[in-house]
Amino acid sequence: MIPKDLKYAKSHEWAKIEGDVATVGITHFAQEQLGDLTYVDLPKVGATVTMGAEMGSVESVKAASELYSPVSGTVTEVNAALENAPESINQEPYGAGWMLKVKLSGPVDGLLDAAAYEQVCAEEAH
Amino acid sequence: MNTVFKKSDPGREGVWPAKADKSASEMLPAGLLRVKPAGLPSLSELDVVRHFTQLSRRNYGVDGNFYPLGSCTMKYNPKFTETVAALPGFTRLHPVLPQLKGAGRLCQGALEVMFETEQMLCEICGMKAFTLHPMAGAHGELTGVMIIAAYHKDKGNKKTKIIVPDSAHGTNPASAAIAGYEVVNLPSKDGIVDPDELAKVLDDSVAGMMMTCPNTLGLFEKNLPKIVEMLRKVDALLYYDGANLNAIMGKMRVGDAGFDVVHLNLHKTFATPHGGGGPGAGPVGVSERLVPYLPISRVEKLEDGQFFLNYDFPKSIGYVAPFYGNFGVVLKAYAYILRLGGKGLTRATENAVLAANYLRKRLDSVLDVPYDRICMHEFVASACNLSGCHVRALDIAKMLLDRGYHAPTIYFPLIVKEALMFEPTETESLDTLDQFADDLIALLAEARANPELAHNAPTTLPVTRLDETRAARNMELTDDL
Repeated sequence: MIPKDLKYAKSHEWAKIEGDVATVGITHFAQEQLGDLTYVDLPKVGATVTMGAEMGSVESVKAASELYSPVSGTVTEVNAALENAPESINQEPYGAGWMLKVKLSGPVDGLLDAAAYEQVCAEEAH
Repeated sequence: MNTVFKKSDPGREGVWPAKADKSASEMLPAGLLRVKPAGLPSLSELDVVRHFTQLSRRNYGVDGNFYPLGSCTMKYNPKFTETVAALPGFTRLHPVLPQLKGAGRLCQGALEVMFETEQMLCEICGMKAFTLHPMAGAHGELTGVMIIAAYHKDKGNKKTKIIVPDSAHGTNPASAAIAGYEVVNLPSKDGIVDPDELAKVLDDSVAGMMMTCPNTLGLFEKNLPKIVEMLRKVDALLYYDGANLNAIMGKMRVGDAGFDVVHLNLHKTFATPHGGGGPGAGPVGVSERLVPYLPISRVEKLEDGQFFLNYDFPKSIGYVAPFYGNFGVVLKAYAYILRLGGKGLTRATENAVLAANYLRKRLDSVLDVPYDRICMHEFVASACNLSGCHVRALDIAKMLLDRGYHAPTIYFPLIVKEALMFEPTETESLDTLDQFADDLIALLAEARANPELAHNAPTTLPVTRLDETRAARNMELTDDL
């Protein structure tokens, strides 16, 4: 369920790092906890995001929740399809539900691997 | 059931207004004239009477059945307050009267009600002064935070942040943000605010902290004295969200505890009608150092016993509402406070807390209660123990509707998963509480045995399970008439 090739933040975002670009989204666990998403608010292309800082928010039928960037850098691409189809995040959190592409400002440090993140989810499920 | 517009039958009529002397185009500028007819329904008087009578039968209210909606204090509103509010001496007053020269003497009774209500709220809360102007709880919050901002501005303090615990009332962060502050979320520990956690976010840039006490878990904030001391050191003010006053009224005065600003929800604690978006009333009380910043006008008493409205407060934050707030609501609260008296208000609190604890003990063997200790006027349970059979808090809420109950608050506060928040209030009898507990226990057993039943609820109401996701994603708020 938790892809091995991604890195994870404790706040339930994932990052796929390829060279100096990271693709960012929220995890399956996060979308499951949030319930059906109805709205996504993401930064614009060119905006700066900082690891651990707020980068946007999502709204579900249950609540509005902040998103925290798992990486630091500049936004180069935003998944515009989410505006009209936030359900992609529920359906394919690691695929069509990706949120941002970020040009990294430096090496990424401090994210969890799949095994460590699985542990985080197991603890929170209690 | 069709809308009144769908029921329209062109040619049918109910009223025949007198013909106007002039046409609209003779009285209005061309840009304001309609280009097509207003699209009003054509119906007879009886059609309209039946339509609204049928609609009213689908209404749910505390007058009909038990309404344990947490965080909202949906207590019974005694009917004598309606009688008082309907007295012609009040209903026939014009709100401009007190502002006209010499006309203040024509509305002394209304001014006296406002003055005395403020005095009584001061006594109940231990505050120096009150304003009755804010017209809802969140409006009171905004007013209160603006008063905090005015205080800091006046003192030359550079403050940018308001701290809001994650167990606070849900509107607090929004009110602080709308007033222009950066909101700092404070995670609670073991269900309450922890001074060590507070120390991590507290510095000179903090203007104040908004607390709900007891908090939205129904737990009393027992570290309050320490919190007050910490805030005083950086000249940060403490705000009391009165949403949960029904748990402490007559037992603790928030002013004595060190709060600087408080808003009350008359439509919760003081038994004025609640729901349907209002009208509510959110009076704001302040400690002595904040009195100069209260909104105008303020009602005052002269030495000869006459009441008047004073607008001369140069440091005031100004107007927050037209006229003097929702006067009719204030009037009902005034009658309620006088009828119950100090002893009655205290007993209301005691019974509200007793009812919540009774219900908690009756239910804590069938639902998880994450902070299972003596609570105040409400408690939060979790439906997590049903997740094994894929039954969620939402399903339980819907099943309750089928049994004739209003659902408890669900999915709030956010710090409890699958939250179900119950607030029975003081006006429910032991029989009602027992019947509700029995019904809920039976319903949970049914849901475990047959989750499909839970997923399909409600089945007996005018509308069955709504697709909330679709409603939120594809909002249609208008109808093409």
